[in-house]
Amino acid sequence: MDITSFVAAAPEMTLLGAICVVLLADLFVDDDKRFITFGLALASLAVTLWALAATAPEGRIVIFDGSYVSDPLSQVLKIAATGFVALSFIYSRDFLAANGLHKGEFYLLGLFGLLGMLIMISSNSLLTMYLGLETLALAQYALVAIDRNNVTSAESAMKYFILGAIASGGLLYGISWVYGVTGSLEFDEITAAITADPSLNSLPLWFGLAFLIVGIGFKFGAVPFHMWLPDVYQGARSPVTLYIASAPKLAALALTLRILVDGLGVLHDTWADMVMVIAVLSILIGNIIAIVQTNIKRMLGYSTIGHVGFILLAVFCGTAEGYAAALFYTLTYVVAAAGAFGMVILLSRRGYEAENLADFKGLNARSPWFAMIMMFLMLSLAGIPPFIGFFGKLNAISAVLDVGYTELAVLMVIVSVIGAYYYLRVIWYMYFEDAEDKAVLQSSADARVVMSLNGIAVLALGIAPGWLWALCQQVLG
Amino acid sequence: MLFQIILFYLFAAVLIGAALGVVFSRNPVHSIMYLVLAFFQSAMLWLLAEAEFLAIVLVLVYVGAVMVLFLFVVMMLDVNVESISRQLTRYAPLATGIAFIMALALIQLIWLRSGTEDPSLGAFQPNPADYDNTKALGAVLYTEHVYAFEIAAVILLLAIVAAITLTMRRRPGLKVQDISKQVAVRAKDRVRVVKMDAEPKEKMGAEPKEKMGTEPMEKMGVAPREKMGAESKE
Repeated sequence: MDITSFVAAAPEMTLLGAICVVLLADLFVDDDKRFITFGLALASLAVTLWALAATAPEGRIVIFDGSYVSDPLSQVLKIAATGFVALSFIYSRDFLAANGLHKGEFYLLGLFGLLGMLIMISSNSLLTMYLGLETLALAQYALVAIDRNNVTSAESAMKYFILGAIASGGLLYGISWVYGVTGSLEFDEITAAITADPSLNSLPLWFGLAFLIVGIGFKFGAVPFHMWLPDVYQGARSPVTLYIASAPKLAALALTLRILVDGLGVLHDTWADMVMVIAVLSILIGNIIAIVQTNIKRMLGYSTIGHVGFILLAVFCGTAEGYAAALFYTLTYVVAAAGAFGMVILLSRRGYEAENLADFKGLNARSPWFAMIMMFLMLSLAGIPPFIGFFGKLNAISAVLDVGYTELAVLMVIVSVIGAYYYLRVIWYMYFEDAEDKAVLQSSADARVVMSLNGIAVLALGIAPGWLWALCQQVLG
Repeated sequence: MLFQIILFYLFAAVLIGAALGVVFSRNPVHSIMYLVLAFFQSAMLWLLAEAEFLAIVLVLVYVGAVMVLFLFVVMMLDVNVESISRQLTRYAPLATGIAFIMALALIQLIWLRSGTEDPSLGAFQPNPADYDNTKALGAVLYTEHVYAFEIAAVILLLAIVAAITLTMRRRPGLKVQDISKQVAVRAKDRVRVVKMDAEPKEKMGAEPKEKMGTEPMEKMGVAPREKMGAESKE
């Protein structure tokens, strides 16, 4: 193999090199100068983005004997994941500094997690996918527990770790079955083996497939594998919740598309039903249970489950349009969700997390600008035009209609209406209730600027969604 | 060949017996010993398949390191065998059902694969005499699987970072020994001789005693813990 072809893996290599630099540099940084680590972490992300742009290959390239793939889909997902990690670092810094958590390890674990996501997004074999998943998961477990003295954090980290280990075990078991049946771990070869010998498409392969879907469902947080999600979102400190809720969803989408479409696309008839069942349960349970939550992090956790259901329903269609809709939905959902969790951090201060819905009461009186930004984010999550979330839902519903599942499309519309209730309730609290907490917002200028841009992006993308939709269609065409 | 087949069935039978012993023995220490036996038998099977490197690694890593660790943990934790065995019988029907389904699926898989033309899955062929399993493994590990191999290395680095993040604590005010300071200490650092005027006998004892005392502990080589950085692991 030609050594120059390794250039396609430059983003991962660059990021790993940058992680080592940050790891060593952080040793020589005092606690009060931790912003140096913060700057270095952002610089690492910038260098990774540069490597992504500089080495973008034409079309699809497979290297490392079929374990690594670089294609337009991986480019889009990697750029988005790097950007969202940068966003979560910027939002988190003030909160971490105010609460004595501003350690280099937060950024390091975040960067390691990003490396895991990049590996997952670019994996072309089940082995690489699993290793990337473990890298991401390990970083996330440690991040959730990063505030060791906090009992809730420790408890949710424990839950996440144990359930995550079981899900990883299930995924690995499924992988071993697929390997046993098809004789290969590479997605292309799995497809080729099943196409060449249709008798392989039988019970043992479906048995393995079921375990793969359990793993995917867990990583995405789909019902009935969602138990960890609200607990972890609520229990983790807000910056960690923001991190977990944003970029890893893109990696989960890559996990789904690579395994179910690249690897087992020929089994669409078999997995479509399984995916549909967990997707329908997700949109129902996520949206209905979110109504009764009083903690906004937990509420957004259940809303995530609902959104994951929409993404999986788009994947369920099995058409290029459906996959493009899933990508579009994930990207636009993560923009709004990152903003919403960023707002929770923005309202928090030393020793106090604004994690209850009541903390948003009267936000308009305290800061009209950020109340408006939060309103944009909530309307986008609810799927109300002209915000971007509307087009995500629209594309997903039309993809489902195109494959002829009218009842499903009707159900999706109904749960969207149910879901709108709890997003609008936040807006009601902000504008029509009196503030219980009248403290001035204490966040730095960069977080405020980025938060404003985040809110405006939700509106701007909603006014001009065409290019993003065209990009998604082109990438998965 | 017949001798090998006899050996295979012998090792396989002992392996299955040992595996059952792990599950059914009442004493957890016995369970671990059965597990060690099971690992040995698997290593034997690998040796029969001419995978000597894997066989030796299994013995060294699993029997030598992991199982000893298991033994330590079991002996340190006071495992309540009674309650565990009660749970085992309570969930026995469910577990048997799952095990049955898994065994059935496995048999079907073997049956499915035995019909294919893939030579790698056919009857076992002995390798030529100059075949080196270790070399063959090394060759694929550093060429075909180099990407996965490097990611595994990254995961280990991440595990180190994560473990240190979660366990390293600096407790202020904890007293620990600083050996180098203790060795380097000189007599005049430890004892301070205070010149005092001779006093009449009836006033003895009225003098404040602190003056006679030694220096603060820090000078004697006992440093507060937070200064010691990397040594203060839990």
